[in-house]
Amino acid sequence: MLSKEEMQEKAKVLRRHIIEMIAESESGHPGGSLSAVEIITALYFNVLRHDPENPQWPDRDRFVLSKGHAAPVLYAALAECGFFPVDELSTLRRMGSRMQGHCDVGTTPGIEMSTGPLGQGLSFGIGCAIAARLDGRDYRVYVLLGDGECDEGQVWEAAMAAPHFGADNLVAIVDRNSIQLDGWTKDIMNTEPLADKWRAFNWHVIEIDGHDIEQIIAALNEAVSIKGRPTAIIAKTVKGKGVSFMENKAEFHGKAPTTEQAEQALKELE
Amino acid sequence: MAGEASMRETYGKTLVELGKSNQDIVVLDADLSSSTQTKFFAKEFPDRFFNCGIAEQNMIGIAAGLAASGKTAFASTFAVFASSRCFDQVRMSIAQPHQNVKIVATHGGVTVGEDGASHQAIEDLSLMCALPGFTVIVPADAVETEQVIRYAASTMGPFYIRLPRLKSAVLYDEGYRFEIGKAATMRDGRDATIIAVGLMVERALKAADALADEGIDARVLNMHTLKPLDEDAIVAAAAETGAILTVEEHVRQGGLGSRTAQVVGESCPVPMSFINIEDCFSSSGQPEELLEKHGLTAENIVKETKKLVKRKSK
Repeated sequence: MLSKEEMQEKAKVLRRHIIEMIAESESGHPGGSLSAVEIITALYFNVLRHDPENPQWPDRDRFVLSKGHAAPVLYAALAECGFFPVDELSTLRRMGSRMQGHCDVGTTPGIEMSTGPLGQGLSFGIGCAIAARLDGRDYRVYVLLGDGECDEGQVWEAAMAAPHFGADNLVAIVDRNSIQLDGWTKDIMNTEPLADKWRAFNWHVIEIDGHDIEQIIAALNEAVSIKGRPTAIIAKTVKGKGVSFMENKAEFHGKAPTTEQAEQALKELE
Repeated sequence: MAGEASMRETYGKTLVELGKSNQDIVVLDADLSSSTQTKFFAKEFPDRFFNCGIAEQNMIGIAAGLAASGKTAFASTFAVFASSRCFDQVRMSIAQPHQNVKIVATHGGVTVGEDGASHQAIEDLSLMCALPGFTVIVPADAVETEQVIRYAASTMGPFYIRLPRLKSAVLYDEGYRFEIGKAATMRDGRDATIIAVGLMVERALKAADALADEGIDARVLNMHTLKPLDEDAIVAAAAETGAILTVEEHVRQGGLGSRTAQVVGESCPVPMSFINIEDCFSSSGQPEELLEKHGLTAENIVKETKKLVKRKSK
């Protein structure tokens, strides 16, 4: 488990990996990977119970990246944890690579579910959470969703079902970067009041700054104490966070930086 | 034959038996448990039954999560919803990761009857056969249904099993042994082969009796497993009888007829014809009226087989 300062340093390492791997493959989704860096860092280097030597450990906590296009941030964290060699990150999206374009279960060690078509992760998370209860295991289930992803109807089917099934070992984290592929979420499909929607669906809701590692960890700890219903964490973030020319830019949702842009980004992330 | 029985009810009761001996069996439904007959399991094992409400996409996702955590998940709803309503969820959450989920879809085909086109799954087999790694089965009677459900429960991987709403004739006695991917020869013959699935097997047998009276000796195969398909039985039928007719309560594209024709065309070309639902949606009506409308009757099988045998001798 890393200290706060070590995690902040680790977050910078993950950002550099994201830029390098997407620039190398000339394809990928930098914006939503960068916005989720602190959330993923807090989970993988402080909160999650996992064993890189034994990815199928039955008592591991489950993490599902429902916004599967942000795979680079998860690959970076898994590599830094030791699930596979860091060298493999540079093979992102190449033929024969274990670093598939979107999360692909069975291909990449540490990936729990295949994702990409949005809206499916939370339902899967409910299944894992119910199974823990049936088996008397105490693992917890974390699902990271995009805020644009919350346009999908299935998210709300799952949001209705999780409290109904009393899945208090389930946490949904919404990466609230307020931008989707075509522009600002308020213009494309306004999801506000987002926190109130989750409250209305009977979740315990915590709103935080999604780039403040202490707030993220505090929220995840608070979720453990909530019984009888699941917790939703609305994490306010900045799309493209950490790279000046990518911040709050919809165009970097799914566009790779050029070589020059990547060099500048890496300079900013030194 | 020994009267009629409900395949759905057999499914529901078999689940209860399986649930007694296997604690890892879980069952999900989408507000249709009294129709799909998962209600029996719900009553016996409320802790392992999850009614997901009218939200099929979510049900499929929850089933996938349970399966990924070591459970054998049976998920049931009407075939029309199980196949097309949540096709992306079936594809991405179940097929691609090869999860151990058994979709048992009831009310398949036009024999749903009065509910009309909206509720008649006539393209489900095509959709499900298109998914890599899926096993697709259409049992022909209640005896076979029980064995298929038991087989699915004890075999890893995704299954799609289609059952009808109607009660149907019991074709098999207790000595029958279902074999995955092996067509069951219901009747041998040398003039032509009638390959049928589900409710059409009974009609094919009746047709074969009528054909025998007219001197035509038809082989009848129950092709219960649409995927993986019994290619050997098809090739043998082509080689030994020289003509093949397929009969299915499904559209022409991608089901039994298409799949059989691919094998015949590749390995042993012989004259073929196809009885199925043409490129149209059906309508409200009584099941037998609808089968008549689409030519899914013993009489039409007789007629088409006679035409086929004539083509063969040209």
